[in-house]
Amino acid sequence: MELTGAQILLECLKKEGVSHIFGFPGGAVIDIYHHLPNYPFRHILVRHEQGAVHAADGYARSTGKVGVCLVTSGPGATNTVTGIATAYMDSVPLVVFTGQVPTALIGNDAFQEVDIVGITRPCTKHNFLVKDVKDLAFIVKKAFYIASTGRPGPVVVDLPKDVMQAKTAFSYPEKISLRSYNPHYEPNKKQIKKAARLIAKGSRPLIYGGGGIISSGAHDILTLLARKFKIPVTTTLMGLGAFPAPDELWLGMLGMHGTYAANMAVNNSDVLISVGARFDDRVTGKVSTFAPRAKIIHIDIDPTSIRKNVQVDIPIVADCKLALEALLQELEEMDINWEQEHRDWLDKITEWKESHPLRYEQSETKVKPQFVVETLYELTQGEAIITTEVGQNQMWAAQFYHYKYPRSFISSGGLGTMGYGFPAAIGAQLAHPERLVVDIAGDGSIQMNIQELATAVSYDLPVKILILNNGYLGMVRQWQELFYDKNYCATCLHKNPDFVALAKAYGAEGFRIIKPQEVRPVLEEALKIKKPTVIDVWVEPEENVYPMVPAGASLTEMLLV
Amino acid sequence: MRHVLSVLVENEPGVLSRVAGLFSGRGFNIESLNVGPTLEPDISLMTITTRGDEQIVEQIVKQLRKLITVIKVVDLTYEQAVEREMVLIKVNAEDEKRAEVLRIADIFRCKVVDVSPSDLTLEITGDQNKIKAIINLLQRFGIKEFARSGTVALRRSMQID
Repeated sequence: MELTGAQILLECLKKEGVSHIFGFPGGAVIDIYHHLPNYPFRHILVRHEQGAVHAADGYARSTGKVGVCLVTSGPGATNTVTGIATAYMDSVPLVVFTGQVPTALIGNDAFQEVDIVGITRPCTKHNFLVKDVKDLAFIVKKAFYIASTGRPGPVVVDLPKDVMQAKTAFSYPEKISLRSYNPHYEPNKKQIKKAARLIAKGSRPLIYGGGGIISSGAHDILTLLARKFKIPVTTTLMGLGAFPAPDELWLGMLGMHGTYAANMAVNNSDVLISVGARFDDRVTGKVSTFAPRAKIIHIDIDPTSIRKNVQVDIPIVADCKLALEALLQELEEMDINWEQEHRDWLDKITEWKESHPLRYEQSETKVKPQFVVETLYELTQGEAIITTEVGQNQMWAAQFYHYKYPRSFISSGGLGTMGYGFPAAIGAQLAHPERLVVDIAGDGSIQMNIQELATAVSYDLPVKILILNNGYLGMVRQWQELFYDKNYCATCLHKNPDFVALAKAYGAEGFRIIKPQEVRPVLEEALKIKKPTVIDVWVEPEENVYPMVPAGASLTEMLLV
Repeated sequence: MRHVLSVLVENEPGVLSRVAGLFSGRGFNIESLNVGPTLEPDISLMTITTRGDEQIVEQIVKQLRKLITVIKVVDLTYEQAVEREMVLIKVNAEDEKRAEVLRIADIFRCKVVDVSPSDLTLEITGDQNKIKAIINLLQRFGIKEFARSGTVALRRSMQID
């Protein structure tokens, strides 16, 4: 039997086990929407296409599955670009289907035509324009395969309207192999042996983990390895949750707003074991003084990550999980009393942790944003899924909430996309209806995708938005304060809307916290509500995020509280 | 340092822009780029010459390999290879200059491919140094027009130390 392109697309999604589609209809994709009710997917109608991509991204990050979006041509497609770039920078598996004008009109500047394949070429793992309905099933198969294997990433599939209407017989390839794409998973045994010997020789080892641990599912083996061989662990922002924060080997995040202990440990370590991280400038600070005493082992699935920013001693191109398993085995065969070998180093680290913990000045009259996040942690015991916007709110969420599990901290790390957190929380909540999902937001960021309150209300999602409202674009203001003579140009948001009234206008719940004494009781009450809930917390306007390593400085040049 | 990269790619729309976009987006430079079909209809061969230190060229090669439509990348700089470029030069050759231009063409084994009373068009094939040398020699006669193919290269079958 022959099916139309639209039906074939939906059949393919069924074969891929897709459960949710985040989308927004339009002329070029009506054919697909026409058939959608006949399929078992849950379609989530967002209010802006950027929201669709971030929601699919939040769904993907919180589950490890591929997130799926469906939008129309032209502006529908261009609105997805920020979301796609966000997913690309953080290696999130997405497949984004965009409508396109009929093939005969492509290149004619037709209504709602845009070359989305051209536009997204540098911010996708790969993209496709389907020109013939006969190629459709194979391309969809390739799209999911590419998005979810190797280093994951977003894939765009552009679907001209006439291809969606054309008919052909449907068959879905069960397996696929591409001659030009063969991700390398197995670690090189010799390199693993060398790495193990290096670790054995050293006395001050440190694991520097990144998002790759989470995407490869290597958190358990990492935890086992660290505990067994007494190796302390720090991670990047993307790696939070890869190692249980309550563990004594945990140092907190490293880098620009990393902990004193983590940055000092990097500086003094003699063997740095980097796993699924990419030596980003926010992590390394001044590259030439990064980990100056250490031999570096770098495990990453993407060969381009290795030696891109930092010269390493033992590169290992492999899946993080497989590499750590091999390394664990190798280390187990060594007759070493690790506890004893690393005792001095661990003592030194404890000293750093105790002398300079993350701290802030508590106040009787003003609400400190750190206190709000800390209280949220206490009330939820680290069991919530936290998403964040970008800026100070994100850093406080990283510092003062402690993550026990992978996929429980969801944040735009690489691209730093304001407006990410709330739609991502919607995606995460849909994937985990039973869990508490909180978007830790700022008053600036939340306004970048606040229209999605309508989505959250429509689907009755009990997402919580905790706005750390300081009336500023806080992180930019902090830089202006510290490095630009307090010239607060364009960072003051002095006519913010009444967020509580706004929440209510959308049909959500709204709470306001003004005094420190209100933080705990109001949060307690708000977290119990089974509806979308905005908690507008008026915090100390000029509170800064510390520690801070100024951009381009060495990690040891930290500004402390 | 100059590197010659031989890049096998899927012969499909957009592949050139993926490669070119990679270079421009990451700030790598392309000195020349030549694309042509191979004997297999669905594969094309690109020959890219680029400059950069070891770390940059390593990144270029890795980034190229990461493109889904790239099948194989070989850096011919580390191998013995035959390298050729073709140039068409239209050079002034009036009256008394004509004989000398023809003599130079002969020495360099150029072909005269077009003639007019005032100029000659020469076809030259060679590696970069040869091309540079003849351009130097012909410049004083006045080069009117100039078209250059970019380098193509093949690895030598016998790699002799």
